[in-house]
Amino acid sequence: MIDVTEEIISSSLRIATPLALAALGELVTEKSGVLNLGVEGIMYGSAFVGIATAAQTGSLTAGLVAALVSGALAGLIFAFATVTLGVNQHVAGLGLTLLMISLCNTANRIMFTADGGQVRVDPWQPLNFGGPIFSQYWLTYATFLIAVPFVWWLLWKSGLGLKIRAVGENPEAADVAGIGVAKTRYTAIIIGSLFMALAGAFITLAFVGTFTVNIINGRGWVALALVIFGRWTIGRLLIGAALFSLVNAGQLQLRLLPSFADVPFEILLALPFLAVIVGLAISGRNVPYPGAYLKPYKRL
Amino acid sequence: MKARFVLRASTPWWRGPLLVGAAALLTILISAIMIRWAGGAPIPAVRYMFISPLQSRFGFTESLLSATPLVFTGAAVAIAFRAGYWNIGAEGQLLAGTIGATWVGLHAESLPRIVGVPLILLAGMLFGALWALTPALLRTRLGIDEVVTTLLLNPVALLIITGLLNGPWRNSESGFPDSDVIADSTKLWIVWPNTRVHFGLALGVVIIGLCWWFVGKMSGGLKLRAVGLAPNAARIAGLPVERTLLITALVSGGIAGLGGASEIAGVAHQLTTGISNNFGYTGVIVATLAALSFVGALLVALMFGVITVGSFSASRALEIPSQIGQLVQAVLLITVVCALVIQKYRVVWTIKRSEGRK
Repeated sequence: MIDVTEEIISSSLRIATPLALAALGELVTEKSGVLNLGVEGIMYGSAFVGIATAAQTGSLTAGLVAALVSGALAGLIFAFATVTLGVNQHVAGLGLTLLMISLCNTANRIMFTADGGQVRVDPWQPLNFGGPIFSQYWLTYATFLIAVPFVWWLLWKSGLGLKIRAVGENPEAADVAGIGVAKTRYTAIIIGSLFMALAGAFITLAFVGTFTVNIINGRGWVALALVIFGRWTIGRLLIGAALFSLVNAGQLQLRLLPSFADVPFEILLALPFLAVIVGLAISGRNVPYPGAYLKPYKRL
Repeated sequence: MKARFVLRASTPWWRGPLLVGAAALLTILISAIMIRWAGGAPIPAVRYMFISPLQSRFGFTESLLSATPLVFTGAAVAIAFRAGYWNIGAEGQLLAGTIGATWVGLHAESLPRIVGVPLILLAGMLFGALWALTPALLRTRLGIDEVVTTLLLNPVALLIITGLLNGPWRNSESGFPDSDVIADSTKLWIVWPNTRVHFGLALGVVIIGLCWWFVGKMSGGLKLRAVGLAPNAARIAGLPVERTLLITALVSGGIAGLGGASEIAGVAHQLTTGISNNFGYTGVIVATLAALSFVGALLVALMFGVITVGSFSASRALEIPSQIGQLVQAVLLITVVCALVIQKYRVVWTIKRSEGRK
């Protein structure tokens, strides 16, 4: 029983890593008043660019850097459309997601699968500090020990964070106070996109070591839900990520039990998504959206 | 030098068409670069993709066939967005519709066709509406953002289909994960002899007409538009905002589900995991490019049908990936949406004083 519990906690941490990273990125973006529905696409793009670069150069580090660059570029396109032009954020974000997915599927076909092959790399291995719980990928340690405190400090302790929250709550007042609204939103969107890119790169470069169509499979949408579930606070966001991952790791264990042998495993795979919706139904009422959520800002 | 976008006082009439034309050219240029990278010749490929489907009877009717599901999803997304209900779950609702339709199709051997066909369409519509019900109730009763919940249900619908096809609905002859062929009594009529164009297209056009008539001409449609344009003003004016949203969401889901039934009963005749080629997400592109007009959605869907067929024939003839069709559609969405906004602005270049002195 202890073994199973340890196994569930261990795989929960692995499952939670990309979700937490992407949700942190979405949190930073939304705090500036911008909803980035491109999260799924940015993860997809960085997952592909990361592994494609790693396969071509033989270096996982080069793959990670390339993934981050792809995330920043995608964020820049999104920021130009939503901040500079003021395009509808739902449309721009979904458009970015569809663009990244179709672009990567096309590139994957050209580069790797045209002759029936598949891109593969030797992924990062878990670092073992004793026991299954402390045998994790370095990015998992980095996420919970560095990224989480960093985003907390960034948003609530740093000067930039104050600016981000100001333009997210009341861009007119922030503008009057001398804060560059567009510049701050660009910064928040690009920082957010970098975290989303880390999430995507983690999936191909550490978790699976290969790329298949539909590899992100809704993880970006889960990250969006976690931000709302977390009411734009880091603590609650992490609780949401933990709950989702526990359900997910739990269903992986359920599948091994003989009494669940007859349940199609796809139904169990759907459980975590349903858990998120239930979580939102319980905890997503009257949530404090950022004041300028979805509103483009133009000085008149 | 610093660029700034300033709102124009008035927009000359030619700027819109000019910028949309430029967006289309940019899209073709980007696809040409991808085609070049894939080792194909760009100019013949572009001709294959955008022109050759219109030059033969076969290409034209296949384009109509490819456009059919997009007519439904485009209408579904447009009516929801008009009411300010951000339904991004047309993909899941269409998939739910295919489940309902397949269920009827597998259990309706002994019925006459005049009963079987309405039944399979009704089942698709009901399942689509049912799939839209949970997010709609969460939105209208508890105020939970429908964007996230409709998005999250899309992968769930696909997982249920995979589960059904690996389990109870596994093909009884081949053992492959695709369902048995549905009963003849539930297959849709072919409306263009000797082609695959089926009754679903006619139904889609009727749906477009009904949406246009209801939203544009009826008092209920006026309420729907009022809720979409200014929900708070509509609430103060005494309009039943929540009920309007709920009904619109269900209608939107029903239309998407009907699109799923039309695919099953009209052309596929069996359920497969690849039954939806991203039709729901593409529906968002279709509705947006049509500026949420229903007649416009019909035209954009037809254009996308041509691009889909064109990218497959280009793929066969020139050995380039057929995925390029979806890439073209996504690029077109972003460039056109940006172009439509840019037309309202002019760019002002300012030279900073410190730079000027150098």
